[in-house]
Amino acid sequence: METKISIEEVRHVAILARLELTEREELRMTEQMNSILSYMDKLSELDTRDVPATTHAIQLENVSREDLVNPSLDRARALHNAPQNDGVNFVVPKVI
Amino acid sequence: MRFEPVIGLEIHAQLLTDSKIFCGCTTTFGASPNTHTCPVCLGMPGVLPVLNQQVVEFAMKMALATHCTIAPYSQFARKNYFYPDLPKGYQISQYEFPLARNGWVDVATEVTVRRIRIHRIHMEEDAGKLVHDEFQPVSYVDFNRTGVPLLEIVSEPDIQTPEEAAAYLRTLREVLRYLEICDGNMEEGSMRCDANISLRPLGTEPLGVKTELKNMNSFRNVQRALEFEIRRQTALLERGEPVIQETRLWDANRNVTLSMRGKEEAHDYRYFPDPDLVPIVVANDWVEAVRAKLPELPDAKRERFIRDYGLPTYDGEVLTSSKALANYFEAAVGAFPQPKTVSNWIMSELMRELKRDDRDIEACPVAPDNLAELLHLIDSGTVSGKIAKSVFEQMYATGKRARAIVEENGLVQVKDEGAIEKVVDEVLAENLTEVERYKAGNEKLLGFFVGQIMRKTKGKANPQLVNDILRKKLSSSWNQLP
Repeated sequence: METKISIEEVRHVAILARLELTEREELRMTEQMNSILSYMDKLSELDTRDVPATTHAIQLENVSREDLVNPSLDRARALHNAPQNDGVNFVVPKVI
Repeated sequence: MRFEPVIGLEIHAQLLTDSKIFCGCTTTFGASPNTHTCPVCLGMPGVLPVLNQQVVEFAMKMALATHCTIAPYSQFARKNYFYPDLPKGYQISQYEFPLARNGWVDVATEVTVRRIRIHRIHMEEDAGKLVHDEFQPVSYVDFNRTGVPLLEIVSEPDIQTPEEAAAYLRTLREVLRYLEICDGNMEEGSMRCDANISLRPLGTEPLGVKTELKNMNSFRNVQRALEFEIRRQTALLERGEPVIQETRLWDANRNVTLSMRGKEEAHDYRYFPDPDLVPIVVANDWVEAVRAKLPELPDAKRERFIRDYGLPTYDGEVLTSSKALANYFEAAVGAFPQPKTVSNWIMSELMRELKRDDRDIEACPVAPDNLAELLHLIDSGTVSGKIAKSVFEQMYATGKRARAIVEENGLVQVKDEGAIEKVVDEVLAENLTEVERYKAGNEKLLGFFVGQIMRKTKGKANPQLVNDILRKKLSSSWNQLP
């Protein structure tokens, strides 16, 4: 199979995504990602010379709302799903 | 070898909208932690952010006020990184297609006026606030600020000195405040500044290796951090050592910048267009509609003050340094049409009191028409200039009207010649030795007599009359005790 992505790139992306991969997983991911990217090559068969790049499936623009305040969540509810909280704050491992 | 600094600033300004940029939570500052959040700004799965219209309008105002070109097409992008102040794992910002580009502002320092170009202005969301526990290995996260709208204003590397950097920052703050889109409070973090700085041999073109400075929460700190960094980089280059490209934090207690090396990973933000937010398309008539709403900006106001009120440049600069101060001046001049006199009182008495109490002009206890009332009392000779200063202090302390204070305390100036003459006679009679010395040629003693007379009249005697009568009495015709 054609190599689109190297194992070094897989490791880099894993670090960025905070994923810890074993060597076996790194190999498997490299293989699978290459297969996915090769599949994407099918799209290159289309002639898109006159088609502008788009990021949205539907043609919408300038969707906005007025500057109006809505009620916020009750704090207890906002904190409810947090792995750790002190009733006031979300509590996370120390980061500086 | 001599080096010259090349400085660029990145400014973040919190916009004064009522609600956040992509949800309806309030932007009010200072609330109890995590009481201003909702599924959108907490980054819950499946929610849909919707752009606050006011943010675009505010951003367009700033863009036009700084002579930028507004892009006909702009877009939001996701900036991906992991940090717990960001609940989604990405910040919604703009990348390839910012709202505005290619502007400028003229920045005056004591030595020059220089045009600093603006590279781009874009909209983004603010992150949350972290507090680190001193004793335990935990940090506390408050997401109230998450999603508060920010403008990021990026200058070109046109700034040449730390003074100019501070002046540029002040200029932008002034414009933001005139537009009433940001309160510009650096201490509270509603306006923040990062700086990029590198050195190059004087007169050469290629840029040196830059460092990025953060954590400077006042104009003074921005200037001091840059000054330190110039010294640090100069010393490195003179020793033939390389400058390392890195982020450094300003430590205001120790007056140094410190490397964040080791704690910072290489940036790889993997920006991509945010599929949840549709493009912003700005037609020319929208631009013109916003332009029509722009208020008079600092430069224009300053020039008008100098031209129409005949004020010196310095007065024009001070009085237009904030819109509220300029409005105060114009209200006072409306009620007392002697611009220079009003300017003098504002710049000396009024601003001294405000500065002492660390108060804004908005919170000034002396209303502009009350200052005008006091100036009328001086102008008509009802009170002396000297008494007026103490009247002003009482006006400031109590908020009472000028006339009321003058009447309650019996401070009306004595202009009755007979009454003044009587006091002059008393003083001369009490100070015969001094009278002799004056007559022997020690004319400096005139001030002594005036002082004595003013003391006896509690400062209420009309100084001109006192002088006239005193000189007359002391001249040769007066040689007899009454």
